[in-house]
Order: sequence, then structure tokens, then C-alpha cells
Amino acid sequence: MQRRDTSTRRRFLKLAGGTAAIGVLPAMISVSPAEATPEMMATAIRTVTGGAPVQTGKVKLDIPPLVENGNSVPMTVSVTSPMTPTDYVKSIHVFNEKNPQPNLGNFYLGPRAGRAQISTRVRLADSQKIVAIAKLSDGSFWSVSADVVVTLAACTEEVI
Amino acid sequence: MAAALINVPKKAKNGDVIEIKTLMSHIMETGFRHTTSGVVIPRDIITSFTCRFEGEEIFRADLFPGTAANPFISFFTVASKSGKFDFEWIGDNGFSETASASITVE
Repeated sequence: MQRRDTSTRRRFLKLAGGTAAIGVLPAMISVSPAEATPEMMATAIRTVTGGAPVQTGKVKLDIPPLVENGNSVPMTVSVTSPMTPTDYVKSIHVFNEKNPQPNLGNFYLGPRAGRAQISTRVRLADSQKIVAIAKLSDGSFWSVSADVVVTLAACTEEVI
Repeated sequence: MAAALINVPKKAKNGDVIEIKTLMSHIMETGFRHTTSGVVIPRDIITSFTCRFEGEEIFRADLFPGTAANPFISFFTVASKSGKFDFEWIGDNGFSETASASITVE
């Protein structure tokens, strides 16, 4: 009698352990699409700049500081530049820290743009820092960053 | 099912800086989501957008899964002569759409 009891308890514990292990598995899966880290963002920035120094200034990043829905966040990047054939913005690159991928967009302009400004809508998977970098025709890089708080994150890992 | 929305001023004065707004209907599936059975939903996004004026490229953008569904992009250009803007979106699974808009410059 005693023996049987123990065995049932053992069996129960074994079962419970198995269920717990199964319970852990989906949690691990949902974590697996690793989010970008500040290091990944730094690597992505280095890919664009080629290690050249990035100065702060000239670039303006308009993005709401508090976002309710990370699935569509309006964003405008503008750069102070005369936009003449000899002094213009070549490209604008936008990066993030915590989406699964560090890039948000690359935009290539020319002297014919007249005004160095672009707008788009991005996804943000978490509250994080956004960095915009502009490459000028003289080869210099300028940047600005903005912190955004996201209430409802973009559904990068959502199960459907 | 070309589902592009383009906003280009019909008329402009020579030398004016004009804004061009574009929107393309597209799901922009990130490739980071999965079904309840754990199968990853494959990525399906627009990867490239190009605007040409009279055949000459004036604006280009690389898009990523971090771009919201139905990508909206706006940018500026100088109106120097009358002509046609051609827009092109290229993406995964052979996605390719074009649109065009004309402008009269006085």
C-alpha cells in the first residue's frame, strides 16, 4: 500500500516535471527571435560609416516621444544643408536598438532634392533609442538620437 | 492590383521645392512572427523604392521589416521642368509595382 502510494506520487511528480518542461518550451521559442542590441546597432552604424567619426548635430529627428501603437510610428528626419551641387546630403540612415533588426531605413538623396527631409512610418518593438545619421557630400557623418516610449509594441513575436 | 497612392503637385513654378508623398499597399510581413504551432511566417516585405524623373534617379530608399505595413514615404525635389515622375517598388516573392505622375512647371 505504502509502496504504491509512493509510486503514484513519483509518477505524478514525473508527469508534473514533464508538463513544466513543456511549459518552458514555448516561452523559449517566443524569446528566440533575439532583439537587436545596442552592439548590433553600433555594428550596423559602422557598416554605413566605415568607422568614420560621427558628429552630433545638423540632423533633426521628429518622432513622438510617447507612442501608443508601435506598429506604425510616424517619423521625419531633416538635415540642415544648403543642398547645392557642391554641398548636399547624400543619404540618411535610421537605426534602432531593440527591434529584431537594427535598421529602420536607408534613404538616398541628391543635390536635386532641394530639401534634405524624409518622412516614413516605422515599427517599434519596444521603448528604445532611435538614431538618425546623415552622410554629407564632403564625406562627413552627422547624427541625432531620440528616445521613444512605446505602450503597445509592434507584434514582432506575436503568435497568430 | 496596383494599390499606390501618389501625391505630386500638378503645377509648380521653376525652382520650387515640392514634396512628393507615396504610399504602397503591402502587408510588410516581418518574418519574425510565427503561428501557434511555432512555424515562422516567412518574410514578405518591400525592400526597395525608387523615384525617377524623366529617367534620372532622384530618390531611393532601402526598406526593412522595421517599416510599417503599407509603406509611406515622402521626400522633396526641385521642380526644374515639366515631365514625368516614375515610381517603382520592389520586394520579396517577385513583388514589383510601378506608378507615375506628371508635373507642369511654369
